[in-house]
Amino acid sequence: MKNGILTFLAGAFFGAGLALSGMTDPLKVTAFLDIFGFWDPTLAFVMGGALLVFGGGYFFLRGTLKLPGNPGEKISSNLILGAVLFGVGWGLGGFCPGPAIANLGALRTEALIFVPAMALGMVVVQRIYRIDG
Amino acid sequence: MNPDYLHGFLGGCLIGGGSLLALIVTGKIPGISGVFGRLLKPKQNETSWRLVFLLGLIAGAGLLFQLSEQASIFRVPDGRNWLVYAIAGIVVGFGTRLGGGCTSGHGVCGMGMGARDSMVATVVFMAAGMFTVTIFRLLTS
Repeated sequence: MKNGILTFLAGAFFGAGLALSGMTDPLKVTAFLDIFGFWDPTLAFVMGGALLVFGGGYFFLRGTLKLPGNPGEKISSNLILGAVLFGVGWGLGGFCPGPAIANLGALRTEALIFVPAMALGMVVVQRIYRIDG
Repeated sequence: MNPDYLHGFLGGCLIGGGSLLALIVTGKIPGISGVFGRLLKPKQNETSWRLVFLLGLIAGAGLLFQLSEQASIFRVPDGRNWLVYAIAGIVVGFGTRLGGGCTSGHGVCGMGMGARDSMVATVVFMAAGMFTVTIFRLLTS
């Protein structure tokens, strides 16, 4: 029960952070990616803040709390192909998974289309490539 | 400094803090695409924390939308209709699960834990996103 509340809180911090930072606004995201147009660097500040807290916290706490080790794997062709496809979709809609799901509560039409489509893409790739973990 | 940058930084700190808390509580790396994708697989024994985490995410964002007019700003970029969002969703779902992560799983958690493959993935998806936005603007304007 206690873990459930903490997990809910963790998600709530994450969602609140997405909204506070403006990352739930698709135009704000595509504006970061639009480096040859009206570039908006806000997303870099978001990544900076997130990496500072997560990376710093992980570095200091991993020993005492026995946190999982470096999850890195070999750089595979699937990693590259997947990242390319993700980047293309990200640039098309201005949605990555977190902000799309965060917008479900506000019943935004774009999120209501995007999230089921994303689920479909995931189910298909998990079947084809037998992705388990 | 542009207040958007400050909000971005503070929001980023919340994202990092939420991710860290989820990692500590569950012992799993809480990348959103992984959390969501594994929920879609039947016969999973540990679906509950993933569902709770995502419900918290929706609630936290919803709360901010209610509290702040600025946080609730939602603008669809030029030329994106429902079909573009349907295609984008499929491609993002396929790509994030094939590549093992998204902006949070690779960009925040993986990079924050020092994973080299996450750094490569982040550079690649950012470059692909920049390329796509540029081409989309050139084709539609």
